[in-house]
Order: sequence, then structure tokens, then C-alpha cells
Amino acid sequence: MTTLANSAPPKTKSQALRSYDVADFPALTGLEEEWRFTPLKRLRGLATETVPAATGAAPKYELPTLPAGVTVTSVGRDDARLGSVLTPFDRISALAYAGFENATLIKVANEATPAEPIQVRLVGGGAEGIAYGHTFVEIGALAEATLILEHTGSATLADNVEISVGSGAHLTLVTVADWARDAVQAQHLKFRLGRDAKVLHVQVSLGGDLVRQYTSVEYADRGGDMSAYGLYFATEGQHLEHRLLVDHAVPDCRSYVGYRGALQGEQAHTVWVGDVLIRAEATGTDTYEINRNLLLSDGARADSVPNLEIETGEVAGAGHASATGRFDDEHLFYLMARGIPEDEARKLVVRGFFAELLAKIPVPELHDRLGDVIEARLQGASA
Amino acid sequence: MSVLEIRDLQVSVKLPEGELKPILAGVTLTVRSGETHAIMGPNGSGKSTLAYSIAGHPKYEITGGTVTLDGQDVLAMTVDERARAGLFLAMQYPVEVPGVSVANFLRTAKTAIDGEAPKLRTWGADLKGAMERLGMDPAFAQRNVNEGFSGGEKKRHEIVQLELLKPKIAILDETDSGLDVDALRVVSEGVNRVKETTGIGTLLITHYTRILRYIKPDFVHVFVAGKIVEEGGPELAEKLEAEGYEHYVADVQQPGVATAA
Repeated sequence: MTTLANSAPPKTKSQALRSYDVADFPALTGLEEEWRFTPLKRLRGLATETVPAATGAAPKYELPTLPAGVTVTSVGRDDARLGSVLTPFDRISALAYAGFENATLIKVANEATPAEPIQVRLVGGGAEGIAYGHTFVEIGALAEATLILEHTGSATLADNVEISVGSGAHLTLVTVADWARDAVQAQHLKFRLGRDAKVLHVQVSLGGDLVRQYTSVEYADRGGDMSAYGLYFATEGQHLEHRLLVDHAVPDCRSYVGYRGALQGEQAHTVWVGDVLIRAEATGTDTYEINRNLLLSDGARADSVPNLEIETGEVAGAGHASATGRFDDEHLFYLMARGIPEDEARKLVVRGFFAELLAKIPVPELHDRLGDVIEARLQGASA
Repeated sequence: MSVLEIRDLQVSVKLPEGELKPILAGVTLTVRSGETHAIMGPNGSGKSTLAYSIAGHPKYEITGGTVTLDGQDVLAMTVDERARAGLFLAMQYPVEVPGVSVANFLRTAKTAIDGEAPKLRTWGADLKGAMERLGMDPAFAQRNVNEGFSGGEKKRHEIVQLELLKPKIAILDETDSGLDVDALRVVSEGVNRVKETTGIGTLLITHYTRILRYIKPDFVHVFVAGKIVEEGGPELAEKLEAEGYEHYVADVQQPGVATAA
């Protein structure tokens, strides 16, 4: 048996390259661990672009009346907040960072507790040409707010979203990718939680041709509590990818990651990679991550990779799970043998599978609308 | 009054390679409302194939014969249409259905069978009552269908469905298998109760005579190598209990012809 005395220590997630400069990241080949599941060719130039200048129309933001204590403004690249939460750790995120013109700042004042949810809708400017975007969400200390961020229309978009949650603040964030069928999006969402901050994030991905979302979380101080839920439904030909990195670097924080995906149709592909890192100093961490996938037909593929990297034994809890089930002919036969027609049987199963996650969305109108969208997709795909 | 008529039914199972393997070699049988027919036979004789092919399982291909329910062509119907026409199959191995609660499943099935949603006012009590009568904790209504149920609980759940869905003709596929005596009694009482209240016709498929002490058959059919080889009244069951299936199998001289579901 040979030992390699000088072999490098295993590379961990914490050592990954972080930079605002696209040139610091090598060109993508698709062989990288981070990109091996992503069909780079379908990123419509986002993977190969070297000049961070938009060639397509920027997405528009539609805002309803904003509740008191909430402002949405456009800020220039020189705003000191930009880049304070997120440092790109992949090439497309760096490209987006270098490429946006103005950022959208959504701000909830300290101690503000708007009674109504804040609803912001981003409408893509068309699939032609590449667009870049940047959003900064600033939740003031002790504020309590619900923010809905919807993505609709068509786009080829790379964007970053920074979410700074102040001490003791509570944020419920629902992000919805209800893109037109031809949309391409590579998004990086980065949360930073202040002391005792609490976040409930529900990430919903339904539309688009290729949607790749990276959600990363860090804690600025003790007592942070992150619940990250996700719901996705890929139909024929769609690629929906979700990656998470929860970096526990301070003691006594909690995280829960729960994603569920359904797939139906030829070449429907979903990817879920959940990385949770518990560093040596993060004692008292409590974390759990789970991904469940439901294959509703042949020809679909769900990749699911939970990773847990633990550098301290003094944790309150750490676990992960992944399960992929198949709704097959036997399930269908059982339900139909009780008089339930085939389309109704599929609806029943999908509705049940997502019910628990949809219930996390605190806005009844959105909850119902997403339920309808999911059922419509189910029918459309089986037609 | 309903009549299920099976005439010269020939069925093959579709093998994974696409070949067809003949299982049923011409079965003729008539089941009327209020009648209980026991189909008895050794393992592998095709009893389950008979049950599943009447219900329309896609694994089986009908190669000859007819099945009608009150004159309607059952074989031309989809699986759900057969159920809505009044057929019910209590399965030997009910599958677990992820993500669907028992309560939701039963209400959806009841709505599909009746063509209208059950009355909210009475449905809750009907469901709870049916579960309690079958010795199932009503808390099971919130669990996913058959998920984590024991073998006995799955069988009780099948009979809960029989009681709620009120079919015309029920096929019970080895409902007795794997049940202890207490569970067997509870399940049998459930079947008898449904017969008394709705006048259901029953095709009771079993390997053992034990269940016939609790559910009295009007007719007994001995099933060997894909067909009925002897028919009689309840006394035939007693003869089988005493003598077993050996001499039937020897007569047919086609040992191991079938591997039924």
C-alpha cells in the first residue's frame, strides 16, 4: 500500500474560488463538478460569453402599491451595499455581476411590519440576446415581512440576488420562476442572516427551458434560522436545476432544506444538489436537508445529491435524505380500480405530493394560483 | 339485481420480453347479486389472473371469451369505467400510493363512483364508522394510502373501501392471506355486512378453506391449471379441506402451468 505524503487535502466547499471578475474563472467545459449536470449548450451563450455587456432587453419590474415601510428603488453600481452579501463563486454569476447596469433595491425599514405581502414581478424582455440583473433585498433589524418575487415572460437572463436579513428580522420570501417555455435563467440567490434572524424561503420553479438556481446561505451571527423549501415540476424537455450551499460558520444556527420535485415527459430533467457545510467553529448547529422526487412517467430523470460536510462533532443535529419515487402502472391501476379516471389519479398524486410545500406559502391567492398552474401543466404534459 | 357473466375467458400474461404466456384456458362462471362464489385452487392455478383480468390490469391480455356486467361489455371498458360500472377488486397486495391521504383517496373514489361528491354532512361519519367497524384507527385517514400499513391493515383498508363504495359485484383476491384469526373475523364480518346491506354478489378467491367458516359460499368452484375443474355447493369446500387439491392437479397433468400475479 502506498501513501501519498504530499497529496493536497480534499478540496472543500469553503475553499471554492470567489471573485467579482469573470476572468478569474476558467472557461466552462461542462466537466466541472458544479456544471456536470447542466447542458451548457442550452444556456444560449451564457456559458461562453466573455464580455459582460447585455445584448438583450433588461427585465422590467412591476410593482403594486407598496405597503408602508417598504421602498423599491433603482440604484447604481456604485451603491456600497452591492456585493456586500454576495461574491460570485461561479463564472456565470460573475458575468452577471459585471454585466448589470442598475440594481433593484427592495428595502424594508427597521422594525417595519407591513401587513400585506410585498409583490414584485419581474417580466423578461425576450429570449433574444443576453440580459443581466441584480437585486438587493434589505430587511431591516426586527422587521417582519413577506416578499413575493415572481419571474414571468421570456428571457435569457443571468442574475444575482442578495438578501440581507437584519438582526431579529423575520422574512418570508417566495421566489417563483413561472417563465415562458423558452426562457433561460441562471440565478444566484445569496442570503445573509443577522443575529437571531429567521428566514422562510420557498423557491418555486415551473417554467423555462433551462432554469438553474443557486441558493447560498451564510450566518453573520448566532441564532440564525433558515428554512429553505423548494417545489419544482419539470415537463417534457425542461431542465430545472437547484443547488444549495448552507455554510454554517458560526455557532448555534439552524437550517432546514426541503425540496420536492415532480417530473413528467421525455427528457424532463431535474437536478438537486444540496451542500451543507458545518465548520469547526459552528458548534450547536442544527441542520437537516431532504430532497424528494416523483417520476410521473418514463423518460424523465431526477438527479439528487445531498452533501454534508462536518468539521465539528458538537452539533445539535445533522442529517440528510434523498428519495426518488415512481408513480407507475401499479399505482395508476390501484386508483383507477376505484373508479378514478387516469388524469384525476395523476392530479391526486401530484396535489398530495406538493400540498405540504404549497401550504408554506402564506399568500392564499398565490397558493391557489400555483396549485392551478401545476395541475394545468400536468394536463398539458399528458395531452 | 346484477349479473356478472364470464364466458370461456382466455387470458395470457404479457412477459417483459413481449411474449404472451397463456394462463386462463376458458373460464365460464356467472355471479349474481346476493350470491357468494368461492374460487379455490392451488397456488399458480390462475385464480389471481382471473381477478385482475376482470378488473382490467394492463399486464394481462384477453385472448378469447367475454365478460359482461348486466349485459355491458366489461372487456371494452377502461379500468376506471369497470369500477364505475360496479365492479370492485379487493387486492391481494394493495400498493402504497405516495402523497395521497386515505381520506382524500376515499373521497375522490366515492365521488368518481357516485358521479357526485358525497355529502359533507354525512361523509365524515360514514368514513369514520367504516374504519372503526373494520378495526382501523380513524387516524389512518390522514396517512398516505397503504404507506407503512401492515399486511392486515392493508386488507382492512380494502374492505373499508368495499363498504364505502358499494359495488354491485366484488372480487376478493385472497383477502384472507396473511391475516390472523382476529383480523380474518373482522374482515369477514365486514364482507358479510356489505352483503346484507347491499345484496352484493361476491367472487371469493382463496387457497384455504379457513375463510369459508366466516363467509358462507353458495357455490364452490375448484380452479386448476387455468380453468374450473369441479363445481358444487358448500360441501365441496369440506371435501377440499379433507382431501386437498392433489388429485385435481394429478388429473389435469399440467403441473406448474401458470405463475399467476
